[in-house]
Amino acid sequence: MNIEVIKPGALSTFQDLGRSGYQHLGVPANGAMDERAHRLANALVGNAAARATLEVTLMGPSLLFHCAAVIAVTGADLDPTVAGAPIAMNRAVTVAAGAVLSFGKRRSGLRAYLAVRGGFALTEVMGSCSTFVRGGYGGAHGKPLRKGDLIGLREAATSAHRGRDLPELAMPPEILATMGDPVRIVQGREWDYFTPEAKRTLVGETFRVGAQSDRMGYRLEGTPLKLAAPREMPSEAVGFGTIQVPADGQPILLMADRQTTGGYPKIAHVCSVDLPRLAQTIPGEFVSFALVDLAQAQRLLLLQERAFAAMENATCRN
Amino acid sequence: MNPHKDASMPVEYATANPPWQIVPSGDRCLIIEFAATADLGANRKARAAAAKISAAALPGVTDVVPALTTVGVHYRPCAVPLAATKQIPFEALASLMEGVLHQVEPSSCAASSVIEIPVCYGGEYGPDLEDVAAACGLTPAQVIELHSEAAIDVMMLGFAPGHPYVGRFDERLAPPRRATPRTAVAAGSIGLANRQTVIYPMVLPGGWNLIGRTPLALFDPDRESPCLLAAGDRVRFVPITVAQFASIQAGAAGAQ
Repeated sequence: MNIEVIKPGALSTFQDLGRSGYQHLGVPANGAMDERAHRLANALVGNAAARATLEVTLMGPSLLFHCAAVIAVTGADLDPTVAGAPIAMNRAVTVAAGAVLSFGKRRSGLRAYLAVRGGFALTEVMGSCSTFVRGGYGGAHGKPLRKGDLIGLREAATSAHRGRDLPELAMPPEILATMGDPVRIVQGREWDYFTPEAKRTLVGETFRVGAQSDRMGYRLEGTPLKLAAPREMPSEAVGFGTIQVPADGQPILLMADRQTTGGYPKIAHVCSVDLPRLAQTIPGEFVSFALVDLAQAQRLLLLQERAFAAMENATCRN
Repeated sequence: MNPHKDASMPVEYATANPPWQIVPSGDRCLIIEFAATADLGANRKARAAAAKISAAALPGVTDVVPALTTVGVHYRPCAVPLAATKQIPFEALASLMEGVLHQVEPSSCAASSVIEIPVCYGGEYGPDLEDVAAACGLTPAQVIELHSEAAIDVMMLGFAPGHPYVGRFDERLAPPRRATPRTAVAAGSIGLANRQTVIYPMVLPGGWNLIGRTPLALFDPDRESPCLLAAGDRVRFVPITVAQFASIQAGAAGAQ
């Protein structure tokens, strides 16, 4: 009752909702980069939101199923096929024992999420199955998938399950936005320390996602953002979506594998509901930002949560 | 709706000028600030407050992260009960937080036991000891003595799992960080700069001056307590020889 890795793909790691409760020890949160796609994949196969999914990056793996399973693939469209035939994204699909799930050429996005009904059999480390590659723990032996890995499944599919159609349609459109729309941000704690030009640049110009962008953070390239005066900043807690600005003025957007604390001025934070769009942005693409207030950011997050709660209540059985 | 109003506005308090400010830091985190500068008094207040907030187990709170002068509180906005329809989760949690903060005794994290950290100073393990001594106008032996003479606070953990910031040391131990950081610093390395010490729990890039190394494992994800130290602990560095270093390391390896 397992899956065999025929080809590992570029970077395939197990992720869940993250490692809560250890950040005071310097332990990063990790977790899915696109939390919405992760939760959707789980909901489609009837899993709880906290079950780990496989986060597949750019070039997907080939996985041989040694038992029948019900799967769902969400997030980036990396041309998934089962036994050579294309499968629908965003719905539950039955895979026969002996079939291979493969990925082809990227059509959109960067990270796809694979959920298997019942979940993958992984061992929790500090309360989470999320892989932290730099720390060497979590997921499958603390590493991305490797050729020959055998990943256990917590249960085998007993009969074909009806696929649920696109519950993502249940998400209010103001949450999803479209890929090209400005990414919504709220002001950071040090917003007022920046020059008026820096503030205008952040919301008025576009930034290129740099080549050195990964699960830890995105380097944003554009007109440098300058402080009005140099400042000494004691390190403090940072979060998923924090935009901090080192002395060179090129912002760093902190993502899932971010450090727990940082000492650079924080000009802004990306609204949580827009983090999935960034998770699907590839290096070389451009992003722009639009300011909203905290009330709006939290209202959108509560709306998204309600949509998820409805979806998960309708499907979850574990 | 004025987009320039919200994020930097502290919550208003019933009492005048409480010694902290609660401000949002994104839509899932808030920061309680005790002082704008890094002194040990503010750090102790932050640690005492963090302990109290953790113990209070407020709804929606997932992580309470004490830092040098602040406490970061990560939370799930959907799990924070709202007292009024117009209230947003940040405001609701900030007012719950205020109730907890008013109960914090400033001295409540003073008494903790001292953890001894054996350190082999200088030589291969502490390649910057001589430079540090020169920069501080001291001999290497004096640096070791000042670094190991007294128990000292673990001010916070951050940067990497189990990575402590320890301080503050005698004012003579204030060399700046290295101009060029190293790309790989060995696990157990003891860094010193600006009256603070860090201990690298794993191989990491780092710009601190390396004055020694401990054979203890600061972080092991498979241990029941993965991190050797936590904010609020007190540590004392105990000088050991190369031979003692080897024997402690061999003992740890044998125990596995």
